[in-house]
Amino acid sequence: MSDKKQQVSRRQFLNYSLTGVGGFMAASVLAPMIRFAVDPVLQASTDGDMQPVVDVSEITEEPQRFDWTFEQVDGWYTSNATHSAWVYKDENGDIVALSPTCKHLGCAVNWAGNPDYPDQFFCPCHDGRYYKNGLNVPNTPPSAALDLYEFEVREGTLYLGSPVENPVEKGGA
Amino acid sequence: MLQKVYDWIDDRVDITPLWRDIADHEVPEHVNPAHHFSAFVYCFGGLTFFVTVIQILSGMFLMMYYVPDIENAWRSVYYLQTQVAHGQIVRGMHHWGASVVIVMLFLHTLRVFFQGAYKKPRELNWMVGVLLFFVMLALGLTGYLLPWDNKAYFATVVTLEIAEGVPFIGEMAKTLLNGDPSIVGAQTLARFFAIHVFFLPAALFVLMAIHFIMIRKQGISGPL
Repeated sequence: MSDKKQQVSRRQFLNYSLTGVGGFMAASVLAPMIRFAVDPVLQASTDGDMQPVVDVSEITEEPQRFDWTFEQVDGWYTSNATHSAWVYKDENGDIVALSPTCKHLGCAVNWAGNPDYPDQFFCPCHDGRYYKNGLNVPNTPPSAALDLYEFEVREGTLYLGSPVENPVEKGGA
Repeated sequence: MLQKVYDWIDDRVDITPLWRDIADHEVPEHVNPAHHFSAFVYCFGGLTFFVTVIQILSGMFLMMYYVPDIENAWRSVYYLQTQVAHGQIVRGMHHWGASVVIVMLFLHTLRVFFQGAYKKPRELNWMVGVLLFFVMLALGLTGYLLPWDNKAYFATVVTLEIAEGVPFIGEMAKTLLNGDPSIVGAQTLARFFAIHVFFLPAALFVLMAIHFIMIRKQGISGPL
């Protein structure tokens, strides 16, 4: 028997090997399950499909609500979903398509929804208000401007994509 | 670091005896494969438990995608198999594990039977073990319907026919399982799902606890 000092005791060696083997087994069981569970987070986003909404000639300077229906694939469930937008032409004749989703808690806003503010968007849930360009009125609940839809005009028809952040500056209106 | 966290907790609530009680026990020579290789037969109970743990885990994860509804059950299974990362592996674990657990359970039963380990004072634990076997078979049977494909459907039709064959109470037993006197459908699937994921696992956990506590209490049976 050598009288060298033992670096690793028998007990330590067994502890390390058992922990290692056990850890490997647990990891190989759990790894596929965890990847399976987090899959929705790692799925590439599938939006970007432009949907035809309305004939450009119908768009006026007054915001109007247009609805469009498209086939929505939700996991294993396919259905017809309807989205809406408030669309108008601004003073330069450019099309503005605002998302109706309130930036406070996600209710749907209406143009002139409150008779006291006939030229603002109004959210009935908590009296949130927005100017015509989507900017939130200060001192009302919303903390950001209404989102803008990406849009495209193809052969006289307005196509809308996904809502993106509205670039309006504070103080506009 | 870990040692310090452990010591801090142990200092206050004295957790060492709790796990020592579970972890430290004698392994007699006759059950140690290092002494007698034939002692590997003692592993089947532990393997049954190991596969059961895999079944519980994979079942929990499968439930994130599965819906127990006749319109969507098959589609949700198809979706998780084909669209979700590692879906085939996780469902495969549950699918094959269901068979492996029965095989392990059977081998464990054979070992206990042929070693006569069920004899006094361990008869009670044998009975609990038989109940565990029935619960496990029932889990396999109820789980079989859940994918809601043709094989699942007709296997369940057969099961219900068998239940109906019981004298006197057969028809009631069938309706109780089926949820409807004649239609094997929406109510059957919802029922089998509830039984598969709540009722039977609850029974399984209680019986397993009793099984293991009795083993610890009585010790392992002696050498042949």
